[in-house]
Amino acid sequence: MPPLISVCFVILLLPLLGFAIQIFVGRRLPDHGWYVPTGAILAGLALSLWIFFGHMLPADDPGWSISFKWEFIRIGDFSIPLGIVLDNITAVMLIVVTVVSGLVHVFSTGYMKDDPRKSRYFGYLGLFSFSMLWLVLSDNLLGIFVGWELVGLSSYLLIGFWFEKQSASDAGKKAFIVNRVGDLGFLLALMIVMWLFQTFDLAELRAVMADFGLHGVPGHMEFWLTLTGIGLFCGAVGKSAQFPLHVWLPDAMEGPTPVSALIHAATMVAAGVYLMIRIFFLLTFDASLVLAYVGGFTAFMSATIAVAQWDIKRVLAYSTVSQLGYMIMAVGVGAYSAGLLHLMTHAFFKACLFLGSGSVIHAIHHVYHEVHDHGRDAQDMRNMGGLRRHMPVTYWTFLLATLALAGVPLTSGFLSKDAILAGSLAFGMLHPGHWLLAVFGFGAAALTAFYMFRLIFLTFHGEYQGKPGEERHLRENKLNLTGPLIILSGLSVFFFYSPNPTDAAAGWFYRLVPQPEQPVLSVGYPSGAGHAGQSELDDPGAGEFASAGLVKRAFATSVTGDGGADSHAEETHGGAAAHGGEVSAGHDAHQDHVHHTAHVRAMILSVLIVLLSIGAAWLTYLRRKISAERVAAALPRLHRFLKGKWFFDELYHATAVRLTMGLAAVCAWIDRVIIDGIVDGTAWVVERKSFLVGIFDDGVIDGGVNGLGWLSRTLGKGFRRIQTGDVQGYLVGALVGVIVIMLIQVL
Amino acid sequence: MSLHFYLTIGAILFVLGLLTMLTKKNAVAVLMGVELVLNSANINFVAFSRFSGAGGLAGESARIGFESGRVEGQVMGIFVIILAAAEAAVAMAIVLNLYRQHKAIDIDAVSQLRG
Repeated sequence: MPPLISVCFVILLLPLLGFAIQIFVGRRLPDHGWYVPTGAILAGLALSLWIFFGHMLPADDPGWSISFKWEFIRIGDFSIPLGIVLDNITAVMLIVVTVVSGLVHVFSTGYMKDDPRKSRYFGYLGLFSFSMLWLVLSDNLLGIFVGWELVGLSSYLLIGFWFEKQSASDAGKKAFIVNRVGDLGFLLALMIVMWLFQTFDLAELRAVMADFGLHGVPGHMEFWLTLTGIGLFCGAVGKSAQFPLHVWLPDAMEGPTPVSALIHAATMVAAGVYLMIRIFFLLTFDASLVLAYVGGFTAFMSATIAVAQWDIKRVLAYSTVSQLGYMIMAVGVGAYSAGLLHLMTHAFFKACLFLGSGSVIHAIHHVYHEVHDHGRDAQDMRNMGGLRRHMPVTYWTFLLATLALAGVPLTSGFLSKDAILAGSLAFGMLHPGHWLLAVFGFGAAALTAFYMFRLIFLTFHGEYQGKPGEERHLRENKLNLTGPLIILSGLSVFFFYSPNPTDAAAGWFYRLVPQPEQPVLSVGYPSGAGHAGQSELDDPGAGEFASAGLVKRAFATSVTGDGGADSHAEETHGGAAAHGGEVSAGHDAHQDHVHHTAHVRAMILSVLIVLLSIGAAWLTYLRRKISAERVAAALPRLHRFLKGKWFFDELYHATAVRLTMGLAAVCAWIDRVIIDGIVDGTAWVVERKSFLVGIFDDGVIDGGVNGLGWLSRTLGKGFRRIQTGDVQGYLVGALVGVIVIMLIQVL
Repeated sequence: MSLHFYLTIGAILFVLGLLTMLTKKNAVAVLMGVELVLNSANINFVAFSRFSGAGGLAGESARIGFESGRVEGQVMGIFVIILAAAEAAVAMAIVLNLYRQHKAIDIDAVSQLRG
């Protein structure tokens, strides 16, 4: 086993050990043993940093990869291995998971200080950390699926952690069941992959796909590959809360706030995006289009919902759904590195926002506790306001993270979001039929800036909206709550990711996580925002042209009837058939040009939009020049629609839930009447038969046995008369007997 | 004297012993009856022994040294005497214990073995 893999094992197993200790003996440890999983994850964090700075960055190699496999299942001569892989993506994900998880552990030591089930809480956190690390370390789809289900389980356990609350246990069930729907697609995709390739191993799959790049994907496989991509995406739709399965994530906010930060903002929900990035090379054009549209629509839709919510955590939850939509869209339009970069930057600043909201809720709770008022909702922004003066650390860190989320220049969010917007714009420019994606992207960006500043202004600015005199109980939290906020907000600054605040492509990230070859799509496809086709540079040969014809087919099936796209496809096809290298070079240059234009346009447009939105929020919620109430009153239907979250819950309740309940009622009837009837009937027959057997048993068998007993007792009673104990009597008897015998002899 | 004489003596003795056993309530007296019965049997053994040889199996008995008769009857008589001695010892021990238990040797009083 390579030494770095051993280190990975240590990182992986430390939280599991913490979980085991917490579950079995946690309650008996002093102070419920919070330090066990916390120490484990912080040790994991140190090792991850060591891998990152000590090995990955010095290696500076996009192809850096170490892996280790062992056998998991053997059936005859067919075996399925499990394995661990350490490459640039894994190293980055290790950092993301351990940093956020470690800081959330530290935050929880303050936030969950007085919870009676603290030991179990920290145990679950350990279980989650282990599962998430396993998910990102696995080198094959089956291993990822195992981790996938484990994070789902820990998510369920933590959402319903305060299970005394009906809403919390309902939310846990909802999350679990909705995720099952998506996982069905994942499982089907796994079956197709096994059938097509006889392996789950990502490296082998990639090699097979690269071979196809040289010879062209067999025609019949394209359909199945599309189906695989969509199936895997179904899993991601569930886990990453994409439309139409996004409904569980806002409800998941019933869990403790640090959990929301860790699982439902930074890491687990990003697992879907991570999966899409891992299987990027399997995606066909059609599958990518599905990703892009679902992601774009989700980004836009949930941003509109977030505008009309009052619960601080729900706003952030819809914001998370929206940003995950961005990432999915990025993968769909081929802005692969931008998607992963946004995953990383979003993990940090969104965790910061959630922990910041946790800090606010904690402080407000404290106030309500002091004035003995337990009726008010500590998460409703209408009860807040003016917290800036009382909680400066929370305010400034929250503001920095908000700027990053809104995509204001000089922040990490600007780098990644801009790259995604540029990718969607470039996609629209290369394929003119798909302008809607860019509209979704920019629309969501505008709404994001608006609702986030609405949140900031309502929460931290203005006057405190609670009862008079309460304000003096407001105070900043201790260092174990504010420390993680400071670190996470610090990570929202651009220079951690790129020396150039306007272009992420200048940073280490784009150099080390380049877009992989995508044989089905390697031509005629924007391969990342701002840096066209890095991976194609070393392989300009025949491979691309062999697959170009295929791409043509993909185009023809997906965008028939669209003039612009058709002509573009024509061009690609012509190049492939006739000239080869020359046209390809021209094509790459064309792509480069498009990407550059798109990048500049996206940057200017997004900064403009963001500033306008912030201005609008400022006018509405701080200066009160625009009355939000009047706008809502002018558009009552729209307001109700947004406030009702597009009525997805009601829709699902009326269809899926009602249908399931109806089906369950039918099943219950069948169970009660038919199955129970058969069982009861069988029981009746057996009972009757037993009755007859009983009669025979009582009468004949027992009669015989009792009769024998009676006989011997009666005989005994008779014979004991003879036993008088009188010796002379016996002697007389003997004499009489002798005389009788003698008489018989004589006669 | 003929064999009948001895047999008659033996029979009278046997009946006397039997009657003693049946009628006496004293355990020691019953034991005495037993002795009488045994000795009547002895008389029979010896008498038959003395008289069996003369008419019957003369040659063989004479040859091995006895004047007449068969030696087995006499051996049997000695056996019976030994047996009677042993029996008397055991029986007297029983009677002694009986007396210790009941302060009486009346055999009617001893009926624990009644079924």
